[in-house]
Amino acid sequence: MNAAIEIVSVTRRFGATVAVAGLTLEVARGEIFGLVGPDGAGKTTLMRLICGALAVDSGNLRVDGVDAVADAPRVQAMIGYMPQRFSLYPDLSVMENLRFYSDIFGVTRDMFETRSKSLLDEFALTPFHARLADELSGGMKQKLALACTLIHSPTTILLDEPTAGVDPVSRREFWRILYGINHTGTTIFVSTPYMDEAERAVHVAFMSRGSILSCGTPKELKEQLQGDIVEIRCAKRADAWRLLRTEPLVRSIEVFGDTLHALVATAAEAMPQIAQRLQSAQIGDVRIREIPPSLEDAFVAKLTA
Amino acid sequence: MATTVRVESLTRRFGDFVAVDRVSFEIQSGEIWGFLGPNGSGKSTTIRMLCGVLAPTSGSAEVLGYDVARDPESIKLRIGYMSQGSSLWNDLTVEEHLRFYAGLFGIYGSAQSAAVNEWISRVGLTEHRRQLAGSLPGGFRKRLAFACTLLHRPKMLFLDEPTSGVDPLSRREFWELIVELADEGATVMVTTHYLDEAEHCNQLAFIYGGRVIARGSPEALKHAPEAGITVEIVSPDNIALLDTLDDLAYVRSASLYGSSLHVTLERGDDIATLQSVIEARGIHLPALTPITPSLEDVFAGIVTGSSASGSRPA
Repeated sequence: MNAAIEIVSVTRRFGATVAVAGLTLEVARGEIFGLVGPDGAGKTTLMRLICGALAVDSGNLRVDGVDAVADAPRVQAMIGYMPQRFSLYPDLSVMENLRFYSDIFGVTRDMFETRSKSLLDEFALTPFHARLADELSGGMKQKLALACTLIHSPTTILLDEPTAGVDPVSRREFWRILYGINHTGTTIFVSTPYMDEAERAVHVAFMSRGSILSCGTPKELKEQLQGDIVEIRCAKRADAWRLLRTEPLVRSIEVFGDTLHALVATAAEAMPQIAQRLQSAQIGDVRIREIPPSLEDAFVAKLTA
Repeated sequence: MATTVRVESLTRRFGDFVAVDRVSFEIQSGEIWGFLGPNGSGKSTTIRMLCGVLAPTSGSAEVLGYDVARDPESIKLRIGYMSQGSSLWNDLTVEEHLRFYAGLFGIYGSAQSAAVNEWISRVGLTEHRRQLAGSLPGGFRKRLAFACTLLHRPKMLFLDEPTSGVDPLSRREFWELIVELADEGATVMVTTHYLDEAEHCNQLAFIYGGRVIARGSPEALKHAPEAGITVEIVSPDNIALLDTLDDLAYVRSASLYGSSLHVTLERGDDIATLQSVIEARGIHLPALTPITPSLEDVFAGIVTGSSASGSRPA
């Protein structure tokens, strides 16, 4: 039994809406698993089902081999869940917030002493232990929320868009902490709207309309893209963009600074044709090359297929 | 090319705090100009001064030829400003919002209907026309707010994190529209925390501690001296290695990407030094060579480089 999370044909409805539709997914123990999907894809519902905050309508869901439906309290003791709006108590100090969450999870006093000390150290929050949560910066609040999520030493943590609205430097620091936690064996299941962030996960699943569209390592997902990406540089970038938007052999086109990225069926065939089209429109200085697709390219192609 | 925005030594204080500190730059007409920086670095304060809603403490700025301090009302009529906060009324429909904003800008009658129809369709809200704003999902609220800023066809657009909380597919559609608008002659100043998105901009400026610390096209910034030199390391124990790197003065920043480690160094000469340090730990790696850094590497490298050199406290 190696799976940290095992989801088989799980469905959850809200009235007529099917939020999670016969979804099957496996997360290996000790890995970092990224979940990406549009708003309303069902990501949050899925996380709430895993942590037992919501019951499944049908299907099987196991966490570390324990049935999340039949044995919800045991699963909750093993899982740390950090929702999008994690509730810190603004009028409690950093330490008091940690103590509150440790009491909820029935952490013993001895255990709390060692655990809170090591978490505060690891997250560089020790100097702020007496500060009210309300007076912390955004990045520090985020770290405190994570510390509260970890206070009962869960084997798996679920993080719902933990870095939304956080600047790139703070995001890097947050991920550094996540890698540290993961290094000591904790499984991390994290949803994110940032594609560059999804690249940091070992496995990534694309979710849409309650189902998993595809799942694999970031490398595998990029290889699954049907078609190639070509980068176009030329003299009149705006003219080229206008022209190629309506060109049948170009499936989609995007502007990146002074270059264009086009999705085509095969680069080898499309490149000379694109060059010709541009030259016959008096657009000079054309340079085209094939470039590796981004995770976003792969995701958007799946969504619009 | 005409200059749409001209900023010189622009400064804004709040009490003792200098939110924007002698910032200077120009934005050329038709550019998509990205403004990047950590939370609290002065991005929104700069934008609010350029929109004429916040008076500068000193320095000057001109937008579309009007001075922000002397003639803020002329600016307000001619620009589109999408702020981070939502300014939508939950109990008005999509169409009612657009009609209301059209009225504010003096667009009435058949011109109003034409403008409302055009923007509902261009931001992709046709199916939600009669829906209350309060019942729209986050991404759609952003689309509506965007449409409201575009109705009067402003020549200058200020977009403050327009895509925060917007999913990847909608984000592409947003950018497609931004490119179209620039193509139709608008100049766009945009902030974002998504650095993959910043790659769409023609020009970028990094602001940190109220000062602009680097500028250029995405391409130029990746090769600028301020960005340092980035190498990629794939080793069996990246986490342990990361701790070692922290103690090295010439390492500006280091970050894990799945199984590889991106390390930004001060100078090219540091590569050999780093290699021998790693070697001394008994980790044998193929020769390290510089890679083209991601914009995130550049951003982290510049911000850390800037705070290490003591130019400003964080």
